[in-house]
Amino acid sequence: MIFTIAAKELKSLFFSPLAWVVLTCTQLILAFFFLKRIDDFMQIQAQLIQMSSPPGITELVAAPLFATTAVLLLFAVPLLAMRLIAEERRNQTMVMLLSAPLSMTEIVLGKFVGLVLFLWMIVLLTALMPFTLLLGGQLDFGLLASLTMGVALLAACFAAVGIYASCVTAQPLVAAMIAFGALLGMLLAGDAASDGLRSGGWAVPAALAQVFAPLKNFESFAKGSLDSASIACMLLLIVVFLVLTIRRLDAVRLRG
Amino acid sequence: MDERTNEITVSAQHLLRKFGAHTAVNDVSLTLKRGEILGFLGPNGAGKTTTMQMLTGNLAPTNGAVSICGIDLFEHPTAAKARLGYLPEHPPLYRELSVQEYVQLAAKLHRVAKNSIDSAVQNALARCGLTDVGKKLIGSLSKGYQQRVGIAQAIVHQPDVVILDEPTVGLDPNQIREIRKLIRELGDNHSVILSTHILPEVESVCDRVQILHHGTTVYNDTIAGLKQFHGGGMVVLGLKRPPDISAIAALPGIGRVEAMGDTQFRVSFNGKSDASEDLARHAVEKSWGLYQLAPAQSSLEDVFVNLTQKEEIN
Repeated sequence: MIFTIAAKELKSLFFSPLAWVVLTCTQLILAFFFLKRIDDFMQIQAQLIQMSSPPGITELVAAPLFATTAVLLLFAVPLLAMRLIAEERRNQTMVMLLSAPLSMTEIVLGKFVGLVLFLWMIVLLTALMPFTLLLGGQLDFGLLASLTMGVALLAACFAAVGIYASCVTAQPLVAAMIAFGALLGMLLAGDAASDGLRSGGWAVPAALAQVFAPLKNFESFAKGSLDSASIACMLLLIVVFLVLTIRRLDAVRLRG
Repeated sequence: MDERTNEITVSAQHLLRKFGAHTAVNDVSLTLKRGEILGFLGPNGAGKTTTMQMLTGNLAPTNGAVSICGIDLFEHPTAAKARLGYLPEHPPLYRELSVQEYVQLAAKLHRVAKNSIDSAVQNALARCGLTDVGKKLIGSLSKGYQQRVGIAQAIVHQPDVVILDEPTVGLDPNQIREIRKLIRELGDNHSVILSTHILPEVESVCDRVQILHHGTTVYNDTIAGLKQFHGGGMVVLGLKRPPDISAIAALPGIGRVEAMGDTQFRVSFNGKSDASEDLARHAVEKSWGLYQLAPAQSSLEDVFVNLTQKEEIN
């Protein structure tokens, strides 16, 4: 049932120009960035050879590429997520889902999965770009896999925040602004809060704050290490916002 | 067969819904048997839509219980909802989907078995006269066709109970006739609750009427009962200085007297003879301040107007 809703969301996304515009823009920007990084790499290649253990092309080209993807997702996800619930409520189509024999959890998870599958398409297309480098060099597949997984998880985190923002208002644009504000705020404040708390010696609050610092959690992936704490923090963030969404929608049914 | 027709499909007890301090629905109860069509009437803001939202699980009541085919809607919402089909006031249509895709989606969401989805969709499209437009996008259809798509969505999973909120709004007279015919057909093997403003619609389609006003039930009877009860041989008597009700009943030729507010009475006569003339003479002689003597309501419209505008008249 979750996949029926997810498939419907994906279908609706691709029937609207928004999905195509977002895919086009992200691909153009990322392709430009990718080529630029390769250009830079060629220029410093001579100096790199002189180093004792020079960083590889994966580190110098692919890692920044994925970091840029993360930033682009920060802008794209609020726009893609805003319609999920807000638009259905404004168009009064939510009634169809609410009167069908579905639990609120199934509805929210279905929408979440639909959006995440779309975002993973962007991630996959990004991950394919570095593969062209195999023509003239070698890739660090371990780092590439870790980067892909990191961005994929990050995208899911953003999607969870986006879907929550979409359920607090019936105005899609307001939802997008809320999601964008929340994500940006989390990136700025989450990192600082968790670092500050840790240096103050408060380990538990620091760990909790780290849940709300998705970009900080992404950093370990970018270094090629699969840190179980980071993965747990990201999964926790997803769960927190999905549960908030489900509870919020249940409350709407109670309050009308 | 008898057992089947007497099976109660919808039972709602003492539904109460408050929005803040405002009480939208106050102590509304209703029961519906299989094969029955219930007309749900009331002026705007009477609480019809709110009641329907509660019956379909879209809105939780402040108080009260709903069960669909004996399954409690709040304890087992998914099992109960599987037996419901709902067309809300604004049909919940995804304009970017084609008619066929949309009805298919509705079938899937209502957990129609995978191998019977196609036949269920074709059946629903055929019943709603949509077979020819199955490939068109919903957004490009006219209002009447969109309304039919909304109905197709509500019946595709063969629910025991179909709830239609103003299904004929915005349709042309031909379409209205078709939809009414469809509703009557639905009534053969589903229970239908139908809300509308159009009174002849209720008279021509429904078995029973329930009128809501200010969130409470003010009338609940079968159409047959309505015609019988409010049929000929009765008059409405309006007196500015009404005597005790027994004084009117004591007049010769008078059968039953019912108060309809402070100054109006519904009077039936003993036997077949019309004693209106005597009644008028007595009223004038005793200076009760006669201001109205008219045949009692015989149409639903009169009942409706009478019940929902009482305050304004008085």
